[in-house]
Amino acid sequence: MTQNAARAEETSANLDSERLLPVLSLMWKIRLFEETAIEAQREGLVLGAIHPSIGQEAVAAGICPNLRQADLLLSTHRGHGHTLAKGADPLAMMMELFGRAEGTCGGKGGSMHIADFGVGMLGANGVVGANITIGVGAAHALKMRRSDDIAVCIFGDGAINRGPFLEGLNWARVYDLPVLFVCEDNGFSATTRTRTLTGGPGAVARAESLGLPAEEVDGNDVLGVDAAARTAIDAIRQGGGPRFLQCRTYRMTGHTAVDPATYRDAAEVEEWRAHCPIARLEGALRLAGVDEARMQQQRTEAEQYMQDVYARARDAEWPDPAQAFADVQDIGNPAERAY
Amino acid sequence: MANTSYLEAGHRALREEMQRDERVWALGEDLGRGGVFGQYRGLQDTFGDERIVDTPISEACIMGAAVGAAMTDTRPVVEMRFSDFALCAVDELVNQAAKARFMFGGQMRVPLVVREPIGIWRSSAAQHSQSLEAWYAHIPGLVVVAPSTPADNLGLLKSAIRCDDPVVYMEHKNLWGFEGEVPEDEHLVPLGKAEIARAGRDVTLVTWSAMRHASLETAEELAARGIEVEVIDLRTLWPWDRDTVLASVERTGRLLVAQEAVSVAGFGAEIAATVAETLHDRLEAPVRRLGAPRIPVAYAPPLEDRVRVSKDEIVEAVVGMTRTSPSRVPAGQ
Ligand SMILES: Cc1ncc(C[n+]2csc(CCOP(=O)(O)OP(=O)(O)O)c2C)c(N)n1
Repeated sequence: MTQNAARAEETSANLDSERLLPVLSLMWKIRLFEETAIEAQREGLVLGAIHPSIGQEAVAAGICPNLRQADLLLSTHRGHGHTLAKGADPLAMMMELFGRAEGTCGGKGGSMHIADFGVGMLGANGVVGANITIGVGAAHALKMRRSDDIAVCIFGDGAINRGPFLEGLNWARVYDLPVLFVCEDNGFSATTRTRTLTGGPGAVARAESLGLPAEEVDGNDVLGVDAAARTAIDAIRQGGGPRFLQCRTYRMTGHTAVDPATYRDAAEVEEWRAHCPIARLEGALRLAGVDEARMQQQRTEAEQYMQDVYARARDAEWPDPAQAFADVQDIGNPAERAY
Repeated sequence: MANTSYLEAGHRALREEMQRDERVWALGEDLGRGGVFGQYRGLQDTFGDERIVDTPISEACIMGAAVGAAMTDTRPVVEMRFSDFALCAVDELVNQAAKARFMFGGQMRVPLVVREPIGIWRSSAAQHSQSLEAWYAHIPGLVVVAPSTPADNLGLLKSAIRCDDPVVYMEHKNLWGFEGEVPEDEHLVPLGKAEIARAGRDVTLVTWSAMRHASLETAEELAARGIEVEVIDLRTLWPWDRDTVLASVERTGRLLVAQEAVSVAGFGAEIAATVAETLHDRLEAPVRRLGAPRIPVAYAPPLEDRVRVSKDEIVEAVVGMTRTSPSRVPAGQ
């Protein structure tokens, strides 16, 4: 037995499999939601661009189960996984992707603006980096209220080169805010490698330079993400101020569902496939003695669930055109003419 | 009634609203020292540094944080110092604050006020003098307010703070010291309602912000020459008070818009177009607009003055408009 395998076995023996089976189930839910959405886009049911998170499930599933419903989450254009993990209803999300009346946002937002304030999910965002300052403001409000809820901002590695990253992290430190920043580092800024665009040693060093405790973890290892997130979240909740987590991962699809990703070679993709975060969790659970049938059950249930979600979303109603004029503003909401 | 400055009126509005509602707080640079113009003087002593917050020079984060805090059941008042600097926070205002409620299907509101002073003031030159109200009037979701008197600065700022929509609140820097009568009791001015600052039967002059005062002075001069100008101060640019403006132009048959902003694609164009579309057959003269030429505001007074709309220009425009129609000879001739 190699040393690594021995260590893995030792860790596995301590695994809380009852806590981790739901995490596995969540990861399958995310993967199958994304696969369903990609397929539905091919069929013309998903209308606008989608940015799948296949391969990155361990980030959402490692972070969010450590949150309360009242904790606030701010996400990105690649936000389906985060949103599911925060507890949003997959059917309402799929209906939003299909532009239907009962979607999370009544068909007004689509994939890049999914939000479910009822579960503390304060929105995906179509503008890279914009969720950082908004999350900081949410944390500012929580602190003003002496709440022990926290805010979490998840963003990509591309976002660390936008100004709001500097402004937001600095702000969080200055006011000692209850916020966890998570850089979901898949190595790409859209279709260009982020390292070719980034000066200095990167996200963790930047966070540390602003006084935030920062840590890098293997973002395909849900156990590692979970452990790091739990430590960070506990510290933040106890008034320890902002923290930073960089999760190194890889997206298995293109930037969008229709991007063939010809800017990277097949060997690289295959190498990452071998690190599939779902397979890795299953491996750990297997070592811990969880039987195959129970693991298989997580997948089968998620498959059946998403098939049902797909069918119901496909048959759902379109929004009433009058809704285009609703919820613009209270004062000066325009009538249906172009003045 | 008490004689109060425009600055003092804004100060009182914020103080009263912070006393009334503990969710109201203000954030911006140097607020603890009173803000650049003194609009916040003493407020940190009264309300503490958690409600009058001194921020880093991080306009994007000031605005973005306000958006997040507004979504989290507080009511932030953002200070941007100058409307020019608010351009560093346009994404946060235009893409986030203005759109969140709609994009998210009405799940929440973004009740924030952005104070961003506008206008030409003491050789402040090209990056500290702009009047950018039309930019925001163009954006669905925003309310845009430009008060011109102390009473309105009190009553409109209070209404803006109580409004559940994001409000762009544009005070004019040259008016800080301007004094006027202000009610001592609770005073609220409704958003979206213009004021007929002076009644007149011959020409409707629509204006807002500091141009109200030049317009009123000019109207008095014209009255001495027998031309009665009706001066309408819009006060709120979005929503603008179409009903008041159209009713007035229906009576006078003539519309002149006077604005300090660059005239090209300025808000005056919206008013002129609406009147032309709606009242074409009632017009006795073509609609006219006065505003800044499309040049940056310069530093040296002789150059700076080239941007201002002068009283002479207003007189010339009004006289020209009243001459064009023999059927409606101004009174006194
Ligand atoms: C301000 C801004 N600039 C550019 C874009 C276009 N864009 C959308 S996603 C993206 C890549 C973002 O990369 P990263 O932050 O690493 O997130 P990832 O897509 O890898 O999840 C870009 C450039 C945008 N949405 N917003």
